[in-house]
Amino acid sequence: MPPSPTGTRRSLLSATALIALAHGPAVGRTVRGALPWSPNEAYPPPRAVPGGWLFLTAEEAAAIEAMANRLIPADELGPGGGEAGCAVFLDRQLAGPYGSSEWLYMRGPFARGTPQQGLQEERPPAVLYRQSLAAIAAHCRARFGGRAFAGLTAAEQDALLQAIDAGRSGIAGLEDKPFFEMLLQNVMEGFFADPIYGGNQDMAGWKLLGFPGTRYDYREMLDRPHQPYRDPPVPLSGLRAASWQVAR
Amino acid sequence: MSRRLPPTDVVVVGLGWTGSILAYELCRAGLRVTAIERGPWRDTPTDFPTTTAPDELRYSIRHDLFVRPAQETLTFRNNRDQTALPIRRWGSFLPGNGVGGAGVHWNGQTWRWHPWDFTFHSSSVERYGAAFLPHDHMMQDWGVTYEELEESFDRFEYLCGISGKAGNLKGEIQAGGNPFEGPRQREFPTRPMQMTAAPDLFARAARELGWKPFPQPSANLSEAYTNPYGCKLAPCTYCGFCERFGCGNFSKSSPQTCVLPVLVRHPGFEARTECQVTKVNLSADGRRATGVTYVDTAGQAWEQPAALVLLCAYQLFNVRLLLLSGIGKPYDPATGEGVVGRNYAYQVTGGATGFFGEDRLFNPFIGAGSVGMVADEFNADNFDHGPAGFVGGASLACILSNGRPITTRPVPPGTPRWGGAWKRATRENYNRWAAVGLQGSVMPYRGNYLDLDPTYKDAYGLPLLRMTFDFPENERKLSRFAVDRCVEAVQAMGAHTVRRNEISGPYDIVPYQSTHNTGGAIMGSAPKTSVTNKYCQVWDVPNVFLAGACLFPMNAGFNPTGPVGALAYWAADAIRDRYLPNPGPLVPA
Repeated sequence: MPPSPTGTRRSLLSATALIALAHGPAVGRTVRGALPWSPNEAYPPPRAVPGGWLFLTAEEAAAIEAMANRLIPADELGPGGGEAGCAVFLDRQLAGPYGSSEWLYMRGPFARGTPQQGLQEERPPAVLYRQSLAAIAAHCRARFGGRAFAGLTAAEQDALLQAIDAGRSGIAGLEDKPFFEMLLQNVMEGFFADPIYGGNQDMAGWKLLGFPGTRYDYREMLDRPHQPYRDPPVPLSGLRAASWQVAR
Repeated sequence: MSRRLPPTDVVVVGLGWTGSILAYELCRAGLRVTAIERGPWRDTPTDFPTTTAPDELRYSIRHDLFVRPAQETLTFRNNRDQTALPIRRWGSFLPGNGVGGAGVHWNGQTWRWHPWDFTFHSSSVERYGAAFLPHDHMMQDWGVTYEELEESFDRFEYLCGISGKAGNLKGEIQAGGNPFEGPRQREFPTRPMQMTAAPDLFARAARELGWKPFPQPSANLSEAYTNPYGCKLAPCTYCGFCERFGCGNFSKSSPQTCVLPVLVRHPGFEARTECQVTKVNLSADGRRATGVTYVDTAGQAWEQPAALVLLCAYQLFNVRLLLLSGIGKPYDPATGEGVVGRNYAYQVTGGATGFFGEDRLFNPFIGAGSVGMVADEFNADNFDHGPAGFVGGASLACILSNGRPITTRPVPPGTPRWGGAWKRATRENYNRWAAVGLQGSVMPYRGNYLDLDPTYKDAYGLPLLRMTFDFPENERKLSRFAVDRCVEAVQAMGAHTVRRNEISGPYDIVPYQSTHNTGGAIMGSAPKTSVTNKYCQVWDVPNVFLAGACLFPMNAGFNPTGPVGALAYWAADAIRDRYLPNPGPLVPA
């Protein structure tokens, strides 16, 4: 049985088509005569609901939060990645189709390939994070007197992340480079994606840059090139940032 | 076991740009048309309203609008000595899915290709001699000329309402347009887009270099427009969410904004979505298509008989469908014989990114996919290739399409990838960079081709397409040459630091480059070296016509959608005026 190509409301609609078209295709959708639009029909993004962890354990979440705070540290420019919700973002992503690689081609055989052939990893991100965080946790307990990654000093955390980034951590059970690339990408996603996904809280990432979010109409600026844009950012949910400093 | 449906006149496989144009033109000619689309129905108010369209994570990073590799992908290798492996996650290119196809999420850069492009082989031999052409090339002319296609280009531009400035009206060069373009019969339907800061600065620098920059012909519209079908578009608001996104403003030309509103109301038309065509069915002698077989979401196979079959899927998937159906002889790189899969080509991309001082503020989030200025001095045969030592060329452009923060926040070379220094550099440079990019041609070569993979299968158990491709030396020379020009431009713009982006190492499927895959089922003048004749009609099976960039014998230094749209009108005219009165081969084999 082939998978549903979309797995969205569109498939639900096909069930109606089944009843309506006794002589037509059983499943799938037939459109003719008029655009098939109905009021208030929408295909909205899944919104991250605050509270609790859906995939990560509390210990894993603390490690991710600490890592995000080193990759994007808090400073005079604004909060760190962990403070901005990157762990919440990652947790919700790992609990969804990204975490399970649901949309990707995951049929075998799996082989290593050349770098130019791209992703050939059989384990989806959720499994990779679980295994990698366990390896890092075990390493930290053994090397740092029983402390977890989140309990290390900032300098110790930086040194460990630098070693992983460079592919020379020597941590048993950890593939340094693939893990670090995935972590860095996901933390940046969390810091800069719309806050609806759980990260970029109070639009910290957007304020750092001076990105106005989803304003969608900048025509008033066309006659003012090289002038700063001064309106505060707006996310998909329509809320404005509690505080806003214009990028210089 | 497949179940048989009542016959129809025309089956269209894939309801994107070409499928919707051909469907509507043939409905208007009095035919009953059934379009079969593997993806979902998509419309502006439901799928990409302004309230949810500007979502970088969902569309640009997680690829919500593209075909999911779980449904269909292909395998890839650089050369025949390697084992191809599946593209498990899209990278280098992003094939569309669903009604509207890639026409939903394109940037809207709409070109007429140069007259030279269509005769690139014979013209190159004439000017430089056969010995000048690259090793193992498969160059051959299209079999159709710019002059023949001029009216079709015009119709596609007026369908879309393209915003631009003519550079050559009936042979008279026009100030402010592209002086190198082929002659056009009339102006663009709408005026050029108003420029933003970076393209404006590039244009000034380009003029200092002696180039003649002009506004990118744009399917993001500068003003309200009603097309000849009566479909209406609104002015672009420079939201910065164009490529990879649907447009919530009805400002980007797409099947949704330009054709579907009238096509769906036509009594001769019907669309079936979420139905994947797996095969074109042939008569016992293989000389006639009897219709197509498709599979619905429940896994039930259906046979849709039809008198005429039009393959309007994306380039890669049209080629795969031909191979799965046994139409045309598969290309064999060992012998150089066979036609289906040959002349696969891609594009050279890259350029130069400049970082500027305190006096510049580019506001990169104010942009659109086609708002920019272009210089065409080094494209096609617009310059003497003798000293350059390669065939082909590139257009150079400053198009600041977006400042979307997950992907678009360049920092100067040497900046760490994370930590405090990264954070400071990111803030300092987000608003102070501009890039001049290039889009370069790729010639066809004996070793770059498409066939069916021997190992990997799709969800229906059918073999995936296999791509074998790398950039040959000719294209690497072009890359170095064109990037040098981009660096000159960025320096002339006043950048204090410049980063080069050029081809290095083998072609890599991971970083995004362009969704401009071409060839594999090319048009031409002889059945031994092409899949279709000059009317896009399959030589071997005359009631099958092809659409899209699979027809291109080469890839040029411009975006492909212009000629893709023009060839759809060209084929529609050929079917209505030549084929229907006398069904059979339009060109004797």
